[in-house]
Amino acid sequence: MRLLIDAEKMCYRELNLKVREFVNSNIGSDDNNEIDINNVLGQRYIGDGLKGNIILNLYGIPGNDLGAFMDGPKIEVFGNGQDGIGNTMNSGRIIIHGSTGDITGYSMRGGEIYIKENTGYRSGIHMKSYHEKLPVMIIGGSAGNFLGEYMAGGIIIILGLYRRRWNFMGLDGMTGENKDIVGNYTGTGMHGGTIYIKGDVEEHNLGKEVKKSSPVDDDLRLLNKYVKNYNIFFNSDEVKIPVKSDDFIKLVPFSHRPYGELYTY
Amino acid sequence: MALKLSQAEFEIERDLDKCISCQVCVKQCSYGAHEYDRDKNVIYSDSTKCVGCHRCEVLCPAGALKIKERESQYKTNYNWTEEHLRNIYKQAESGGALLTGMGCDKPYTIYWDRILFNASQVTNPSIDPLREPMEIRTFIGRKPDNLEFEIKESPRNESVKLKTKLYPQMELSTPIMFSAMSYGAISLNACKALATAASEYGTYCNTGEGGWHKDLYKYAGNTIVQVASGRYGVDIDYLNRGAAVEIKIGQGAKPGIGGHLPGEKVSREISDTRMIPEGTDAISPAPHHDIYSIEDLAQIIYALKEATGWEKPVGVKVAAVHNIAPIASGIVRAGADFISIDGMRGGTGAAPLVIRDNVGIPIELAIASVDERLREEGIRHKISIIAAGSIRSSADVIKAIALGADAVYIGTAALVALGCHLCQKCYTGKCNWGIATQDPSLAKRLNPEIGARRLVNLLNAWSLEIKEMLGGTGINAIESLRGNREHLRGIGLSDRELGILGIRHAGESW
Repeated sequence: MRLLIDAEKMCYRELNLKVREFVNSNIGSDDNNEIDINNVLGQRYIGDGLKGNIILNLYGIPGNDLGAFMDGPKIEVFGNGQDGIGNTMNSGRIIIHGSTGDITGYSMRGGEIYIKENTGYRSGIHMKSYHEKLPVMIIGGSAGNFLGEYMAGGIIIILGLYRRRWNFMGLDGMTGENKDIVGNYTGTGMHGGTIYIKGDVEEHNLGKEVKKSSPVDDDLRLLNKYVKNYNIFFNSDEVKIPVKSDDFIKLVPFSHRPYGELYTY
Repeated sequence: MALKLSQAEFEIERDLDKCISCQVCVKQCSYGAHEYDRDKNVIYSDSTKCVGCHRCEVLCPAGALKIKERESQYKTNYNWTEEHLRNIYKQAESGGALLTGMGCDKPYTIYWDRILFNASQVTNPSIDPLREPMEIRTFIGRKPDNLEFEIKESPRNESVKLKTKLYPQMELSTPIMFSAMSYGAISLNACKALATAASEYGTYCNTGEGGWHKDLYKYAGNTIVQVASGRYGVDIDYLNRGAAVEIKIGQGAKPGIGGHLPGEKVSREISDTRMIPEGTDAISPAPHHDIYSIEDLAQIIYALKEATGWEKPVGVKVAAVHNIAPIASGIVRAGADFISIDGMRGGTGAAPLVIRDNVGIPIELAIASVDERLREEGIRHKISIIAAGSIRSSADVIKAIALGADAVYIGTAALVALGCHLCQKCYTGKCNWGIATQDPSLAKRLNPEIGARRLVNLLNAWSLEIKEMLGGTGINAIESLRGNREHLRGIGLSDRELGILGIRHAGESW
C-alpha cells in the first residue's frame, strides 16, 4: 500500500495521526507499505514511537524529534533535518539527504542514521548497545562539539566529506567554514562503543576518556558495510570500498568504568 | 601515615550471659561485624564494621545484642564536629567525593513540625468518618478550564451529558503514591512489594529511572514509568505500558546532578531491565540534553504524548530549588499534566553527601510557593502537584495537601514499612534488610507478599487518619482541603516564614 500526504499547512498532530492510521490499518500485511509526505515544513515528531514495517519518504524539512522512540520503520528525508532526530530510537533507519541539527541520535539503542552532510552539537551522545541491538550513525560531513559524549555503545562513523559552516550572531559576512572534522570534547565521558573518523583528529578535540587507535580487520568489515550503504543511499563514490585502514582512525574509551574511583564511603 | 580513622560510629554491646552463640548475628550481618570463634564457642564483634542497621539486634533470639551510637571520642567542638573530622580523614585518605544514602539528616527546620492543623468546634459540625461518607479519592491530571454540558430536555425527563473532553487522569484511592525507586537501587522483591501494594490499594508506584523488570509488567495499570536523562529501559512499549509517564529532571536528594550505577552492579538482570550491556557504568547525565529550556521541555512532553497517543498523563519531576515557583509555572505552560516536587529531605540510593545536605529547599516551602504562584497566574487547575521529600506521617500528608498539593509520594516511609532502619548505607548494596541490595541471599530476606501487606496496612492506616483529621475540621472531601491554608497555623515561625507558607500564626483567628 502506498499513501501520499500533502503536509502543506498541516499541524503535526493531524499529520502524525494520518501516518498512524495508515500504519494501524496495514498491520500484519506483508506489502511494502510506504507513505510519501510532500511539503513537510517543520512538523515535529514525525514517526514518533512508530512501530512496524513502513517506509516514510519526507520531502521538505521535518521538525524536531523526527523518529523519536521509533521502533522499526524507515524514514528517508529529502532535505535537511532539525534537532533530536532518532531521540531514544530503538530500531529502524533514518536517512537524511542533507544536514541534521543538535543531539542527533540522542540515547539511541538501536537502528541506523545516515546523514549525507553535517550534524550539530552533541550528536550520538549516550548511544547504547544492548544484546543484538547496535545503534549506528554515519555522518558524511563533520560534527559539532561533544560528538559521542557519554557514549556507552554503538558506532559513529564520520567521513569528513563536508564541513560545517559557522555564522557569528547571524551577521552578514561573519561566516566561515570549520576546518575540523569534529568539534571539541569528542567522546568525552565515553565508556563504550566506537567512533571511526576518516582522516585524523587533533588531540585537543578529544575528551580525556578516549584514545586514538587504528582500525583492525573487524573494524574494516563494519566500515565497509556502512560506508557502502552510505555510497548507495547518497549516490556517492567519494569514499572507495574497500576502505583502507590507514584512512581511518578509531576512538575507543580507555575504560568501561571511567568514574570508578570517584567516591569514598 | 597512621591517620586512617578506625574509630567506630557504633558500639555493639553483647551480653555474654544472654548470648547462646547461635550465630544468627554472624549470618545476618553483610558487613561482617560479628565473627564466631569455634574453639571458644564465643562470638566476637567488630564495632568498626557496624553500620547501625540494627538487623542483628532485632533478630537476636536471646536479646543479647544492643547497638548504640558511640559517644564522640573527640574534644567537644561545636564548629569542628565529629562528622567534619571523620569526613576530612576519609577524603584525605581516598581523594573521593563522600557518598551517602537516604535523605538529608541535618537539623534544618522541619516545617511540618511547626504547622498545626485545625478542627471545628461549635460553629460547624465535625464529621465522623466511621459512619459518614468521606471522599479521599484523588485525580491526578490536567483539569479543564470549564465544563460544558449538553442538556436535552424532553417532556418526561432531562438528560445532561458532559460535552467537554476531559484530559487523561490517574485515579488514586488515597492521595498517597510510592515514589520513584528503580530496580537497581532497590531489590526486585522491594519493587514487587511496592507494585503489589499499589495495585491492591488502588494507587500508583513508579519505576524510577532504571527501566521496568518484566516480572512487574502485571502491575502496569498502577505503575508510572519514568523517563530520565539516561533513558534506561525506555522504548515505545515501556511508555505505552505505563499508566502515566514522568519525565525526571531532578530529585530532592541530589538536585542538578546526574548519577551513575557502578558497572559492578549492572548484573545480567539489571542490564536487561536498563537495556544496556552487562558490567558497564550506567551513567545518567546531569541534564537531559534535549531539554535546555521550557520550550524544550514542552517538546519532550509532546513527544511523549504523541508517542503514547495522548492517552496518559505526562508529568515532570523536579527537585525543590530556590526558583521552584517560576520553574513550576514553566512546567505548566510546557503542557505537563502533573508536577512532582521533591524536597531537599527526599531519599536516594546514593548521592554525594555535600549535595544531599546543602542543596535545595524543604518541600513545605516549595509547595506553598508553587501553589501560590500558580493560583496568582490562574493556572493552578491545569496541573496536579505531587509533593515528595520526606512525608513521614498522615499529618504530613494532610498538611501538604492543605498547603496546596494534590497528592504525595512516599519513598522512605514505604521502605521503613518494609524494614528499613535508616542506616544510610544504601549505596553499598549490602542492605541487611533486603531492600537496597541485589545480592540474592540478602534480597530474599524481604518477602514481597509480607512486604506488600505491610505497605497496604500503612496506606490503610494513614488513609483512616486522614479521614479522621478531615472529619474533625468538618470537611468530607479531600478536594476541599487542597490549598485550604486557613486550616493551618504556624508555631514558632517568623513572619517571613509564615508569609511564604501563606499561613497565620497559631492563636490568630480568621
